[in-house]
Amino acid sequence: MNNFDYSRASDVSDAIRLLTADPGAKLIAGGTNLIDLMKENVERPSRLIDITRLPLRDIEETAGGGLRIGALVPNSDLAYHPLVEQRYPLLASAILAGASAQLRNMASVGGNLMQRTRCAYFYDTTTPCNKRSPGTGCSAIDGLNRNHAILGTSQSCIATNPSDMSVALAALGALVHIAGPSGQRTLALTDFHRLPDDKPHLDTNLGSGEIITAIELPAHGFARNFSYLKIRDRLSYAFALVSVAAALELEGNAISEARLALGGVAHKPWRSLEAEAALRGKAATPDHFGHAADLLLQGATARSHNGFKIELARRAIVRTLMQAANATPQSQAHKKIA
Amino acid sequence: MADTTIPERIPINLVVNGERRALEVVPWTTLLDALRDRLELTGTKKGCDHGQCGACTVLVDGRRVNSCLTLAVMKDGAEITTIEGMARDGTLHPLQQAFIDHDAFQCGYCTPGQICSAAGLLAEGRARDADEIRELMSGNLCRCGAYPNIVAAIEQAMSRS
Repeated sequence: MNNFDYSRASDVSDAIRLLTADPGAKLIAGGTNLIDLMKENVERPSRLIDITRLPLRDIEETAGGGLRIGALVPNSDLAYHPLVEQRYPLLASAILAGASAQLRNMASVGGNLMQRTRCAYFYDTTTPCNKRSPGTGCSAIDGLNRNHAILGTSQSCIATNPSDMSVALAALGALVHIAGPSGQRTLALTDFHRLPDDKPHLDTNLGSGEIITAIELPAHGFARNFSYLKIRDRLSYAFALVSVAAALELEGNAISEARLALGGVAHKPWRSLEAEAALRGKAATPDHFGHAADLLLQGATARSHNGFKIELARRAIVRTLMQAANATPQSQAHKKIA
Repeated sequence: MADTTIPERIPINLVVNGERRALEVVPWTTLLDALRDRLELTGTKKGCDHGQCGACTVLVDGRRVNSCLTLAVMKDGAEITTIEGMARDGTLHPLQQAFIDHDAFQCGYCTPGQICSAAGLLAEGRARDADEIRELMSGNLCRCGAYPNIVAAIEQAMSRS
């Protein structure tokens, strides 16, 4: 770990001021990803700005019937919050599918959105990586790319976003509230993370000097017909090869509303409005789910070692939609896949 | 607005196992290194040092965390419980006794982290059966493979708490 200066921000505007004053500075909350990357010399901030004392820890109902979640709420507190358990069980399930109990206790909601890829070449400072060192090349494209992206990749980068929480937030239509030097703004979660194109060093559309202050969930939580299915190399405490967040609104067996997002397959949570539209008005059957899966996976590209992900994702999508339709969501503790 | 920039060595106060400890740390000192190297509480172990093995698990304000990924300076004022603070008045914590009763270790290196993590799990009150214990203890690796006995020990402590 490099030496660095340390500041404690007293409020949000102080954090923005400190961040703007030192271009090499980074915010720290839970630190679960940042400290790890600093130990690997991937991140070398000149200053850490401790934001853990900012008043961003509340979970409040919004006037519109949604939920506003402060950026510093720990992942575990969010997953176990009674309103989240009752109204947004898809989000609770996705959070509990990620990391370990210790890490969920430490990690903040805002930090979860800011976590970096777990691409092994990004972590290995002896190898070229456009995300870590722009312009040096991508070691994964012709390397060990079994875990890498199949959708939305570029010639510069095939890394994936590792978050489980973000996949559920994408499906639920969450908003990200941001404060910065020029005021406040709001982005849809699906616009918060970006595709790599020729600038893979940028994971998100957060501007310099900006800070996430809250996540907002709309009123509709899909609490009855949902599931989060995470496929990984071991049963717990591993990043997804493929994960699926599915949420349905059913009238009888007819789908009136569908949400579908994939994790582990792209640089951001992967959603397709076309795939969701194709489900509306259809019966909740494996055939219709398979068609939606094909639409969601349109354009999927295999590299030398990750071709299996395309069929794995297709089957996982159908299975997760069936779990949602049957109101038998995947348990993150009891591992049998219903 | 007050200048909140803090000089290189930073005085902090921790309440460790019920005892107030004052020390000065550089910002990059992890809580794990502060406990082991500065406060000589070497019961907490450094395994992977990257939050993957759980050997460094301690309780901060009653919640289990990886002390290797925690900066000491950020925990100024916090209450820390380590394995050295689990026994009370010469009596082992029920988890410590259960680990002995069930032979829930071989080499013992992961054990302080396992026990602190299990104490956090009991306080959270979310695990109701062996599957849930396994899932909620997945952040603590045991390379000797004592998992069945670890789960049995936690089940015993859970049934008696």
